[in-house]
Amino acid sequence: MTVSTKPRWRAKPRWRFRQPSVLPGFGITFGYTILCLSLVVLIPLGALVVRSSRLGLSGIWEVASDPRVASALKISFGVSLLAALTASVFGFLVAWVLTRYRFPGRRIVDAVVDLPFALPTAVAGIALAQVYAPNGIVGAQLEKIGIKAAYTPLGIFIAMVFIGLPFAVRTVQPLIAEIDKEVEEASATLGASRRATLWKVVLPPLIPAVLTGFALAFARGVGEYGSIIFIAGNLPYVSEIAPLLIVIKLSEYDYAGAAAIATIMLGISFLTLLAINLIQAWSRRRFGYV
Amino acid sequence: MGGTSGRPSTAIRVEGLSKTFDTAAVLHDFDLDVRAGELLGLLGPSGSGKTTLLRIIAGLDFPDRGRVLFGGDDATGLPVQKRAVGFVFQHYALFKHMSVADNIAYGLNARKRAERPDKAEIKRRVGDLLDLIKLSGFADRYPSQLSGGQRQRVALARALAVEPRVLLLDEPFGALDAQVRKDLRRWLREIHDRTGQTTIFVTHDQDEALELSDRVAVLDKGRLEQVGTPDEVQDNPASATVLKFLGDAVEVEAIAEGGQVRVDGRPVPGVVAPAGLIGPVKLHVRPWQFQLTDPSAAHLRGTVRSSHRSQGRQRIEVEHGPGRPLLVEDFDGERYAAGHPVGLRIVGGYVFA
Amino acid sequence: MSETAAATFAAAPAKPDTPRSAVTEGRAVRWTLTAIAIVFLALFLVLPLATVFVQALSKGFETYIATFREPDALSAVRLTLIVAAIAVPFNLVFGIAASWAIAKFEFAGKSLLVTLIDLPFSVSPVVSGLIYVLVFSAQGVFGAFFVQHGIQILFALPGIVLATIFVTFPFVARELIPLMQEQGTAEEEAALTLGASGLWAFLTVTLPNIRWGLLYSVLLCNARAMGEFGAVSVVSGHIRGLTNTIPLHVEILYNEYNFVAAFAVASLLAGLALVTLLIKSILEWRYAGELAAGGRH
Repeated sequence: MTVSTKPRWRAKPRWRFRQPSVLPGFGITFGYTILCLSLVVLIPLGALVVRSSRLGLSGIWEVASDPRVASALKISFGVSLLAALTASVFGFLVAWVLTRYRFPGRRIVDAVVDLPFALPTAVAGIALAQVYAPNGIVGAQLEKIGIKAAYTPLGIFIAMVFIGLPFAVRTVQPLIAEIDKEVEEASATLGASRRATLWKVVLPPLIPAVLTGFALAFARGVGEYGSIIFIAGNLPYVSEIAPLLIVIKLSEYDYAGAAAIATIMLGISFLTLLAINLIQAWSRRRFGYV
Repeated sequence: MGGTSGRPSTAIRVEGLSKTFDTAAVLHDFDLDVRAGELLGLLGPSGSGKTTLLRIIAGLDFPDRGRVLFGGDDATGLPVQKRAVGFVFQHYALFKHMSVADNIAYGLNARKRAERPDKAEIKRRVGDLLDLIKLSGFADRYPSQLSGGQRQRVALARALAVEPRVLLLDEPFGALDAQVRKDLRRWLREIHDRTGQTTIFVTHDQDEALELSDRVAVLDKGRLEQVGTPDEVQDNPASATVLKFLGDAVEVEAIAEGGQVRVDGRPVPGVVAPAGLIGPVKLHVRPWQFQLTDPSAAHLRGTVRSSHRSQGRQRIEVEHGPGRPLLVEDFDGERYAAGHPVGLRIVGGYVFA
Repeated sequence: MSETAAATFAAAPAKPDTPRSAVTEGRAVRWTLTAIAIVFLALFLVLPLATVFVQALSKGFETYIATFREPDALSAVRLTLIVAAIAVPFNLVFGIAASWAIAKFEFAGKSLLVTLIDLPFSVSPVVSGLIYVLVFSAQGVFGAFFVQHGIQILFALPGIVLATIFVTFPFVARELIPLMQEQGTAEEEAALTLGASGLWAFLTVTLPNIRWGLLYSVLLCNARAMGEFGAVSVVSGHIRGLTNTIPLHVEILYNEYNFVAAFAVASLLAGLALVTLLIKSILEWRYAGELAAGGRH
């Protein structure tokens, strides 16, 4: 068959804000959405931006280079990084076991994973402190081998793993469930060992999801407050996290200082968000899905 | 065939419809008349604009330019609710949470109280429609409990319940398997013959359009290529596009002179060159417009490349110089082995200006 | 890993029972991994939860009940219920409106809008509280106005409600948007061709289609609204018996070394979390098809 070379008729591209639709209600729902978004999210966040722009970059830098603030930021970001890494490893393991293996009580275990989502952070905080305190059920055992968990950075780490775990599990779990068994079978028929199949066929497409889960757990850990402060001990320069320092500055009516720390943290969460979007864009190009 | 009704009054007319999505034109200055009571098939490849045309008639999409007339009245600005169209969606769009009876009664229940029939009347009409679609015992089932063909029939009954002035069907059999398609096709034709409902349906399947329609409108790239009875579009295709879309055809180099068309110096019977056309032309030949003959008396000569039999006829691919092999259909039953030299006589074909 | 050799020749039965599939790990590996996963979850997630109840009841049932006779505890419960009763419906209405506009229409800047709606999830709870302090404090952007008119926002109910709305803002919208997008517009269009008005189509077609997703998201939104600590802590001012929600009351009791009472009050929230998880799991098992794929937040 010959390919038609007839030029396709083109209209002058007309820009429309919205494609016409027969469904009603766009104006009112869109307007209401923008109104709520502005009142609840944009204006208050704008207030923070205004406040920190008054400080200027040099003002923010001044606050951040205060030794106590610097060490709090270092602790928040450093420990969160380690915790997110740990949560990703165990999260992957849990997701794999939950989707690939059948064992009694699987559904209950699956439901338990969401516990940190559902349990209020303050409750998680006092419970973790209790469990890992020197006289607590796990803390006492750790004490015997010379490890202090509660009231040290290790305590912060434990709390951050706790709240980060569901993110790590829930981002990879659906993708593991969607892996086409035939691909693994194809790999096996081509003579690959199980280990080679896992490394070369199964794992690579999961990398973006693992990275996304890691970034989410990291961002959550950096900002987390309630589940950490009870177990952390909150010793300045040792186990004091950045969000707590914001609260302290506020109680001292140092709004500028609080705003500066908040701006730094917000900046980091935006970078994380951006990273997640980049990962997903890359994943969509490379693997065709998010 | 000749199923056209004796009253050619126009039920729906579209004039100068243009529509673009983003920058691609979907419809370009499109005109079409739909006669009252006819079953019109909109046939075209995917992306030809046929579904968009159907949705514009229904009031589900809006043209950039042009008008839609219902019985002579401008309906372009009329909201979909007021158009009284029955639309059957490609994937049925049945309401999953409602029973079959509630689905069918939906349009009646949605009316304002003053115009709404009473409960008993609604029940009676739903019962009648269930009889019509042969699903009388299924009133309380849910869509998820029905087969694809049954869902399709419920969707049709739901559209008919509001007594629309036109029934619009978007790829009505697209999602069904072959046997169900055939049954439903016949059944739809029966329903149409019984109700006389003006009906437009969209399809990309030539057989479906040719079997079912009173008239077929062939669309390509947002333009109307031809509209006519199935016989008209098959016997006198208006363009090479229509010809190719309605079935296999091969192109043969030919010379037009004096109203005749010649291949290898021999005139082709039954083919008249369009007035004023002189010189080299392309002759489009259907597989059954070739006859196998003695090479010395033939228009074309070649060797058999392969042949296979299916449904009582033999399809032979004939190698003929460079380019694509000729496809020949033969009914006399003699088998030709690969490599066998044959001559081909052309007994018909089409030339377009 | 010992399973590799067997996997290579999957057709040859390794043992007299069933030949092992080529697409799974050996039994020993499976059991080890499962055991690690379960022990990890038990240690990190289940043990703390159990501790809440054990500690709450450690001085007997009488002491446990007595905690809730305290007027401060009762007022904390009352305040939490009031806050949730305002914040959850607000976000419900917002979520439905936003998802209708976003899922059923095509317009420019849609993905930016979705990102902005999701924003509160990536903001630290403490920062969420802080921004309202900056807006409404006496030196704040609008603070002067409210102070002049004698309207107390911070360290009062309005501030707590606002902070709660902020942290739960995306819940309903982000469940409903993908769900409605999945469902498309064909059913609504069908309703309109049958003569239904837009509102009627929404009530009779859209709403029934999203009901389980709606319930699911309201459940999660409510759990977060009642349990929010960081943001509320910043705006509440911790006035006992007045601006303390349940989580804040837990903190106060804990910091006063009144551990039994702290865990007793915490057990209320833990119970809420368990009920939430239970209903959530039931919804996920029974109505998986009617929730947004990957709708777990």
